[in-house]
Amino acid sequence: AVSHSQITRLYSRFTSLDKGENGTLSREDFQRIPELAINPLGDRIINAFFSEGEDQVNFRGFMRTLAHFRPIEDNEKSKDQNGPEPLNSRSNKLHFAFRLYDLDKDDKISRDELLQVLRMMVGVNISDEQLGSIADRTIQEADQDGDSAISFAEFVKVLEKVDVEQKMSIRFLH
Amino acid sequence: MEDVGSLAARVAAVWLALVLALIVVPSALGVSLGISEAYMRLLVRTLEWATIRMEKGNKKAQPQLLKTPVANGIIERDETTMEKEIAGLHRVDFEFSDIFYFCRKGFEAIVEDEVTQRFSSEELVSWNLLTRTNVNFHYVSLRLTVVWVVGVVVRYCFLLPLRFTLAAIGITSMIVGTTVVGQLPNSSVKSYLSELVHLTCSRILVRALSGTIHYHNKENKPQKGGICVANHTSPIDAIILTNDGCYAMVGQVHGGLMGVIQRATVKACPHVWFERSEVKDRHLVTKRLREHVADKSKLPILIFPEGTCINNTSVMMFKKGSFEIGGTIYPVAIKYDPQFGDAFWNSSKYNIVSYLLRIMTSWAIVCNVWYMPPMVRKEGEDAVQFANRVRSAIAQQGGLTELPWDGGLKRAKVKDTFREEQQKNYSKMLVRNGSIG
Repeated sequence: AVSHSQITRLYSRFTSLDKGENGTLSREDFQRIPELAINPLGDRIINAFFSEGEDQVNFRGFMRTLAHFRPIEDNEKSKDQNGPEPLNSRSNKLHFAFRLYDLDKDDKISRDELLQVLRMMVGVNISDEQLGSIADRTIQEADQDGDSAISFAEFVKVLEKVDVEQKMSIRFLH
Repeated sequence: MEDVGSLAARVAAVWLALVLALIVVPSALGVSLGISEAYMRLLVRTLEWATIRMEKGNKKAQPQLLKTPVANGIIERDETTMEKEIAGLHRVDFEFSDIFYFCRKGFEAIVEDEVTQRFSSEELVSWNLLTRTNVNFHYVSLRLTVVWVVGVVVRYCFLLPLRFTLAAIGITSMIVGTTVVGQLPNSSVKSYLSELVHLTCSRILVRALSGTIHYHNKENKPQKGGICVANHTSPIDAIILTNDGCYAMVGQVHGGLMGVIQRATVKACPHVWFERSEVKDRHLVTKRLREHVADKSKLPILIFPEGTCINNTSVMMFKKGSFEIGGTIYPVAIKYDPQFGDAFWNSSKYNIVSYLLRIMTSWAIVCNVWYMPPMVRKEGEDAVQFANRVRSAIAQQGGLTELPWDGGLKRAKVKDTFREEQQKNYSKMLVRNGSIG
């Protein structure tokens, strides 16, 4: 479980980002963070906080999205073994990353979607051709059922050797 | 009714006489009666007692908590570079896991970023008995609450009126004094009198804030014909510095009371006030400052190159304009002690009047000022590099962190070039490791 002081600090952070002081954050509030604004995937990350069709997120939603990044060892302390899978399980962390690629939310990463995300990450520095061949090779290696798109199961298989827990976790100091 | 009226008038007269005798006259003569020193000692003892009581209270409530050192951050920032994480050993070019780096960096920035925290007040290590800093502290004991209540009464009912009176006296004397001196023809007598008036009024204003300032390395004090640069935390920075020396101020012409002060003071002393339209013309600004600096008989200019108020935990990018003027730069580092009062002006949250009210209801303003040895631009060094060199020196002396970010980010959006740089770095990794030409 999240400790009291962590919640207090995150709430204090939430209110400091909330310039409009109306208890919710908009996309502009996130874009005011310089280190996030210069992140090539900044817009995709910001998008993850907002539900379909919504353009405001409240503190609950804020915490829910952040919960994906809690370290997995926190779960050993919680006693609820039979409850729903915690948001920061390996599987849910992978699902979060999957959703960053899956732009139209159809549970498949198509070649076009992969190209778009790649374009965000490389900017103008690589030609369409080169980027296209990178996308093709990546999909070919991961695609098992031959539909030229990556499903969540195929995504998980590709990343089975990656230390997802370490790469997708943020540790609190207190 | 008349008795009450005359009684009130008598009380006010006595009050004013006391203030004049005990505070204004000594500060005019540059002498100290030791009252503020006694106050500071009492204050320090009270705050230490309060801290001990709170620690005892915390220990009782959560005995299993070990005494861990209080870190100055919320989360552990992962310092792995993009290169190390993405361009590993066995790589082709792109992998799905590349996204994890950007993702984590993004979320770390959302929870805690280096830049936006500088535009709000520093968090205190332990509570200093002011309601405004009571963020994470809970009820501890009755005695502490009583002390807090006494503190509120003392601050609002005694200190605030006193400080307000002093500030009024200080500002009025400044306006009247400089106008009078300004009538004189230019001569050494005029300069001497002008310096006297400025110094005296500064001293009165510092008393109005209950300021305790420690000046270090006075032998490096800025000389005439030089440029003094300092880190910027609040409008009172100028008063802190003019308390110990005379400077030619640089700034934009304002309306209202500030405008009156500006118009009065410029008659006595060659301050450099720019009209709003002139400020936009950088060449004009540089030219005027250059002319001022070239005249070795003129007082040193005071400039704050960050361009905006930062919260005194770090020094942000110095605008290169001040460093293109030429001449000798005298860096000065100013560090406030946040325990006694928060000097930072959060201009997006408070206007100047509420800011001054907050300052006047704090315990005191305590700060250290370090005068540093003069610096000049080296051969082959451009203005930006020179600015960074001066900034590093100031940050190191004042114990502040250095940030390459622009203080203008308080209001403006970050430039796209930074994002393009990140994209370029990532692209290099893809191309280098990949089999594409």
